[in-house]
Amino acid sequence: MSTPQQRAVILGGNRIPFARSNKQYAKATNLDMLTSAIDGLVARFGLAGENIGEVAGGAVLKHSKDFNLTREAVLGSALAPTTPAFDLGQACATGLEAVVSLNNKINAGQIESGIASGVDSASDAPIVINDSMREILLELTRAKTVVARAKIAAQIRPAYLAPQAPSTGEPRTGLSMGEHQAITTAEWNISRQAQDELALASHRNLAAAWDSGFFDDLTTAYLGVSRDTNLRADSTMESLAKLSPVFGRKLETEATMTAGNSTPLTDGASSVLLGSEDWAAEHGYTPLARLVDAEAAAVDFVDGAEGLLMAPAYAVPRLLARNGLTFADFDVFEIHEAFASTVLSHMAAWESEEFCREKAGLDHALGTIDRDKLNPLGSSLAAGHPFAATGGRIIATTAKHLKTTGKKRSLVSICAAGGQGLTAIVEAA
Amino acid sequence: MKDTYLSLVNGPLKQVAKTLGLPQPVELNRFGSTPEDYLNKPVLVLGTGAGAQGLADLLLENGLEVRRNAQTGEKLRAIIAVLDEAQSPTELSPIVLEVGAALRSLAACGRVVTISAAPDAGSQSPEQAAATRGITGFTRSLAHEMRAGGTANGILLDGVDLTAPSVASALWFLLSGKSAYVSGQFLTVSSDAGERLSLDAFMSTGGEGPLAGRSAVVTGAARGIGAAIARNLARDGAHVIGVDMPQAGQALASVMNEIGGKSVQLDITAADSAEKIAEAVGAPVDILVHNAGITRDKMLANMDAARWESVIAVNIAAQTTINTHLAEAGLFADGAQVVSLASTSGIAGNRGQTNYATSKAGVIGLTAASAESFSTRGGSINAVAPGFIETDMTAKMPALTRQVARRLSSLQQGGHPVDVAEAIGFLASSGARGINGETLRVCGQNMVGA
Repeated sequence: MSTPQQRAVILGGNRIPFARSNKQYAKATNLDMLTSAIDGLVARFGLAGENIGEVAGGAVLKHSKDFNLTREAVLGSALAPTTPAFDLGQACATGLEAVVSLNNKINAGQIESGIASGVDSASDAPIVINDSMREILLELTRAKTVVARAKIAAQIRPAYLAPQAPSTGEPRTGLSMGEHQAITTAEWNISRQAQDELALASHRNLAAAWDSGFFDDLTTAYLGVSRDTNLRADSTMESLAKLSPVFGRKLETEATMTAGNSTPLTDGASSVLLGSEDWAAEHGYTPLARLVDAEAAAVDFVDGAEGLLMAPAYAVPRLLARNGLTFADFDVFEIHEAFASTVLSHMAAWESEEFCREKAGLDHALGTIDRDKLNPLGSSLAAGHPFAATGGRIIATTAKHLKTTGKKRSLVSICAAGGQGLTAIVEAA
Repeated sequence: MKDTYLSLVNGPLKQVAKTLGLPQPVELNRFGSTPEDYLNKPVLVLGTGAGAQGLADLLLENGLEVRRNAQTGEKLRAIIAVLDEAQSPTELSPIVLEVGAALRSLAACGRVVTISAAPDAGSQSPEQAAATRGITGFTRSLAHEMRAGGTANGILLDGVDLTAPSVASALWFLLSGKSAYVSGQFLTVSSDAGERLSLDAFMSTGGEGPLAGRSAVVTGAARGIGAAIARNLARDGAHVIGVDMPQAGQALASVMNEIGGKSVQLDITAADSAEKIAEAVGAPVDILVHNAGITRDKMLANMDAARWESVIAVNIAAQTTINTHLAEAGLFADGAQVVSLASTSGIAGNRGQTNYATSKAGVIGLTAASAESFSTRGGSINAVAPGFIETDMTAKMPALTRQVARRLSSLQQGGHPVDVAEAIGFLASSGARGINGETLRVCGQNMVGA
C-alpha cells in the first residue's frame, strides 16, 4: 500500500558475519565492527568518498566514551567526512528503529539517502565501578583540601572495588531476560519439542542460505570470519534434546529453555542502505523492497501484567489493522528469535481467541502463521543476536529475499528489553 | 618483500659487489618515480628508411628530443633501431653496430627498442625471414647485455606499417617507466585497430587517463597482484569492479574503498558468475582482467584430483566460461578488452606445478584462439605472463631459492606487482587494440623459459 509520499526504498545491506562473544571478535570494539560493516556496504555500492544524507546507528551495550558512536564510525569509514550521523537506541529494536527512522526522513523529503546500522559486542562490553565507589570518586574531585580528600578516601571499602559486570537483567525486576521469558513460556505452555523444532529449522534454513551464496552480497568477512559462527548446520533434534535447561529451573513447571533454543551472546554489526527512488536511479541501484509501515508497542511487565517480550503480540494487530491486512496477505514472517519460545508465544497469542479479544482488542483470533513462511532464511537462534545489529540483518535479508523470489510482503517483528517491541511491513519494490 | 641485497649493492656494498663481480641490480625507474631529467633526455632514432623518419617525426610531435646520430658526451634516454625494411641479415650490420656504439651513452634504466617485421608476417623470402628472425635474436641477446636497469625490447609489425596506432602506444609503453620490468620481449602489432594516443594522453592519470570512463572488472582483486592491477586501472581513470571470494571480502572492500571501486564477492567458478559480474557492472563490460588464480603444488606422482581440478577450474576453466557467457549474452561492450594472467611457468614448465603450468599454458592458448572473436567486436584479448614477482606468495619461498630466483633475470631482481599491473593497463587501453592474441612476459628477462 505504497502512497505517493513513499519515496524510500531499501537498496541493500551489509553485515559482518556474527560471532559468538569472546571468540574471534573478542578484541574488536563496537566502533571497529560498525566501521567495518559500513565500509563493506560502501565498497559494495561504490560509495567511497560520497556524502550520505544521514547515517543512523546504535549499540545496546555501549561505553560512555562512545556517545557519538555512529558519527565516529562514519569518520573512520570510506564515506565523505561531511556525512552526518546520529545514535539512537531501543534495546534490541535499535537496528530496526534506525531503518524506520531514516525511511521516514527520506519519505519526508529531509534526506535522499541513509545508512541504518547497529552493532553490539558482548565481549568488549563496558565494565563499570559500582555506585558506592563512583560516588566516593566524584566526592574526591569536589573536595578542596588534602584533609577532606583523605577523609573521603578513607571511606573506600574493598567491596567497592568490585566492578559491575554487564547483564541482560531488567533493571526493575532484577530478572534476566531468559527468566522473564521462562515465565511467559510456562504461561503459554510452550513445549520443549516445539522450541527445539524451531531452533533446528533456524539452523537448517540459515545453513541452506549460506550454502546457496545468498549472503555473498549481504555480508563481508571480518577478522577471518566468513560465516556466522553460531551456525550449527549439523544440528539434530537429538543433539538439541540432550541440552539441559538453563532458564525457568526455579518455576513449578518443567524447565524447557536450553542453550540450544535460546540465543547466545553474540558480537556483530549490520548496515542497510536506503534511498529515495530518484537517488537510487541516479546511482543505478535496483531497489529491493520498501518499508511500508511500522508500529511499536510496550507492555507493563513490571507488575507481571504481561510477559517481558510480548509487546510484538500487541504491535502486530495494530499494524495490520492500520494497513487493512491479514496474515493471509503475507508471504514471509521474520520474527526475531530472542528465544524459540518467544516466537512460539507470540504465535500462540495470535492464535488465541481469548488473547486477541481481551488483550489485543480484536473481534477474533488473528490466525495461524504457516511455518514454511516463518524465518525462511534462519534467524537469531542460528545467526546469533548482537542486539542492535539484528534489525539490520533481518531487513536486508528479507528485502533481498522478496526481490529474488518475487514474493510480495514480509512482516518483521522484533521484541526488545524494557517490555517493548517494534514491527514493520516490508514490500517488494 | 624487501630485496635487501638490492639495497646493499646500491649503498654500502657498491664497491665490494663491483670488485667481486657480484650482480649489481639497480632500483628501476617506474612510472611516477621516474626523475624529470631522465624524461628530458633525447631519444636516438636509427634507420635510413621513410619509416625511421616518420617515427622520428612522431617523437618530435610528442615533445621528445630526437637525435638521428649519436653525439659524443650526451646521455640518451633510449635508442630506437628501425629495421622494418630489412631484407637480408647482411643489411643489419650498419644499424646494429651504431646501436652498439651508442650503448654507453644510455642513461640508467635506458631503453633499446627495435622495430621490425614480424618473423612470420606475410610471405617472406627465406633471406628476409632470416633477417626478421635474426632481429629477434639480436634484441633478446642485447637485453641480456643491458646494464643498470636498461632494457631491450622489440615491436613487431605483422601486416601493418609503422603508422599503426598501436605502434605508437607500444612505443610509449616501452619508453616509459611502465615497462620497467619488461625486457627481451616483443609486442606484435597485427592491425590498425585502436586509438592513436599521444604520449601525454598515455602518461596522464585520473579523468584524463588512458582508461578514463571505462569499466574494468578485476578478478582476485583483494590482494597481491590483483590489488595492484585494480589500483593501476583506477589511477588510469577506469571505474573498477573488484571481484574476489567472499572469504577475502574485508581486504577487497578495503582496496575498493581506497580507489572508489565496487566490490563483488563471488566464486568465479560458479555457473552464474558471469551474469553476476555483469549485473554488478550494470552495463556491458569494457575491460575484464582475469587475474584470480591459485596454486596447489604437488609432484604429479602425488597429485590428487582435488589439487588438479581446483587449479584448472579457477585458473583457466572459469576464464573460458566467463568469456563465453559474457559474449553470448552480449555483455561485452564494443571494443571490449580482456587481459588474462598467464605465467612463465606456463611457458617453461615448473617442477611440482604440472597443474598450474597446464592452466597457465592454457591461458596462452585460450588468448590466442579468442583473438579473432574479440577483434570482430573491435576489441582485443591478451595475456601477461609474470616471472618472479615480490608478493606474499614468493615471500614464503626459502630464502636462498628466493635470492637465486631474483638474480636469475637480466635485471637481476624480482618484479613488483605494479610492473604486472602496468603491462595490463597498457594492454587494456584503447591504444593497444592493434595487439591481439599475444602473451607479454613481465619477467625482467628471466632465464627460465626464455
